[in-house]
Amino acid sequence: MNGAQKKIAEKLPVNPVIDAKNLRKIFGDLVAVNNISFQVFPGECLGILGPNGAGKTSTIRMIYGFSPMTGGTLKVFGLDVTQEARQIKARIGVCQQENALDPDLRVQQNLEVFARYFDMPPGEARSQAQQLLKFMALDHRKDARATELSGGMMRRLVLARALINRPELLILDEPTTGLDPQSRHLVWERLGELQAKGLSILLSTHNMDEAARLCDRLIIMDHGRILVEGKPLELVRQYAGRDVIEIAEPDQQLRSLVLSRNVQHEDLGHRLIIYVDDGNALFREISKDYCKEGCIMRMASLEDVFLKLTGRDLRE
Amino acid sequence: MNFITATNISIRFLRVWQRNLIVYRENWKISFVPPALEPFFYLLAFGVGLSALVGTIHYEGSEISYLVFIAPALIAINIMNNAFFENTYASFVRMYYQKTFDAMMATPLSLPEIITGEIVWGATKSVIATVIMLAVISLFGLIHYPEGLLIIPLAFIGGIAFGSIGMIFTAMVGNIELFNLPVFLFITPMFLFSGTFFPLETLPMWAQHVALLLPLTHIVNLTRSLSLGIMDASLLPGFCYFVISCLIFFPLAIHKMHRRLIK
Repeated sequence: MNGAQKKIAEKLPVNPVIDAKNLRKIFGDLVAVNNISFQVFPGECLGILGPNGAGKTSTIRMIYGFSPMTGGTLKVFGLDVTQEARQIKARIGVCQQENALDPDLRVQQNLEVFARYFDMPPGEARSQAQQLLKFMALDHRKDARATELSGGMMRRLVLARALINRPELLILDEPTTGLDPQSRHLVWERLGELQAKGLSILLSTHNMDEAARLCDRLIIMDHGRILVEGKPLELVRQYAGRDVIEIAEPDQQLRSLVLSRNVQHEDLGHRLIIYVDDGNALFREISKDYCKEGCIMRMASLEDVFLKLTGRDLRE
Repeated sequence: MNFITATNISIRFLRVWQRNLIVYRENWKISFVPPALEPFFYLLAFGVGLSALVGTIHYEGSEISYLVFIAPALIAINIMNNAFFENTYASFVRMYYQKTFDAMMATPLSLPEIITGEIVWGATKSVIATVIMLAVISLFGLIHYPEGLLIIPLAFIGGIAFGSIGMIFTAMVGNIELFNLPVFLFITPMFLFSGTFFPLETLPMWAQHVALLLPLTHIVNLTRSLSLGIMDASLLPGFCYFVISCLIFFPLAIHKMHRRLIK
C-alpha cells in the first residue's frame, strides 16, 4: 500500500479522488440518481447511507464504469469515467454487493486469476495473493473451493480480491451486509488499517454502526437525491441532538407535556420519541410521572438521523 | 447498432480465455474423455453396424466406404457442439449464476474483451476436440494427410462462428431452460440433415437448398474434402461462408451482450 500512499502524498490535497457534478442516472421512467454532486478526498472515507432504492448502488456503479451515466460529469483521479474507464479501473478496487467469487476456482486461485485481469505478472500475483490471504485471515483455506467457504469468509475473500491491484481507491457496496459479528468486526478492523495507510474509501451501507465507525464524512441519500452531508457526529447533533428518550404506550398527558415543552419529538402511536440536547431532567420527570409501559433514555445515534430524514415507511 | 464498442478490444481478452483454460485444466482428464471415446462409439455403431447395410457411398465422383464418409462428419459435429454448448450453457452459467462477467467488469477488462475471450475459448474447445478426434480417427486410417491437418484451423474458424451464434442466444434468453429451443430447432436438425450421415443429394431439391444455408453443411463439406485429401477451388465457397458468418455473428454477439449487461 506504500505506492498508494506515496501517490496520494504527491498529489495536491485539493484534488479530489472522486468528483461528481450533477450526476444523473435514469432507467426508463425511473430516475435512480437525480443530479447529485459530491467529492471524495485523498485518504478520506466517504459513506453513502440510504434506504433500499435510494440510488446508492447506481451511483457506485457509475463510478467504476459498470453503468454508463445519463448526465452530469464524473471524474475519478481527475480522469473522465466516460473516456478513461480502463485507466480508472486499473487503480480502484471494487467490492460489489453480490460476492461474485469464481466458484470454479480455489481460494488462492480466485485472487491470482483476478490479478491477471490487471495484467499483474504471475509471480507477483502469487505473492500478492498470499499476502492478502494472510491479511484477511484466510491463508488456512487457500486450497478450498470458493463455494466451500462460509459467508463471512467469502466476504473477506471478496475484500482481499478488491485489494489485489493495490488500489488507491476502494469502493465498497454494502461490505458487511449479512455477516456474523466476528467477521464484521474483522472487516471493520482491516478497513481501518487500510484507511490509516492512506487509502481512500467510498462505502455504501445501511449499517449505521459501520458508517459511524468507518466514515469521516457521510451522505444520506433518498429517492436519488442527497438529503444531507456532513461528519457523522455533526449530523447526529444537528438532527437528533444528544439524548433520545423513548416512551412506550404514551398517554394523552405525556403528549400534552411534550407539546407544552416544545421539544423535538416523533409520535409513532405506540411509541413516542423525544430528541433533546440534555435529557436528564426531562427523563427524570417522565419516568416519575408518565412512564407506564417502560421508557428509556439513550444517546442519539446515526440511526435516529437516518430514520428521521428518510422516514419510517418500509421500502420495496 | 453500437459497433463502436466492438472496437474496444485489446489483447487482454486472453486473460478471460486463460481463466477458462485454468478451470478446464482442473478437470482435463474428464474433459478429454468424450472427444476421445465418441468417435469409437460412432464408428462402431454406424461404421461397422450400419455400413454392412449401406455398402459404399457415391461422393464427389468416387465410391467411398461409409466409414470414410461419416468419420469427418463426426469431427464437424463436434466443432459445432463444443463451441455452441460452451457459449450457451457454460457462458450463461458464468454470466447469470456466477456473476463472473460482473466481477471482470470491475477490472480493466471491457465487456467486448470478456465476450471475445469467451467466444475464443469456445473455439479453443472445438480445436481441442478436433485434435483428439483426428488422432483417434487417424488410427483407423480414415484421414488423408497433410490436407487433414487443415481441419485444425478450420475448427477454430468454425468454432468462432458457432460460438458467436451461441453467444447471441445467451444474450437473449431469460433462463437456461430456453436453450432447449435453439438446440431443438437449430442444432438437432443440422446434426441430422447437413450431409452428416447421408449425402445431401438423397434429399429433395428444396431441402438441399435449405441445407446449403446451414453452417454445419459447409463445415461437413470442408472437413470431408480435407479428410479425403481434396484441396481445390471447391473449398472456397464454404470457407467464405464461415468468414462472412464470423464477420456478422461475432460483432452481433458483442452488441447483444452489451445491450443485455450494460444498464
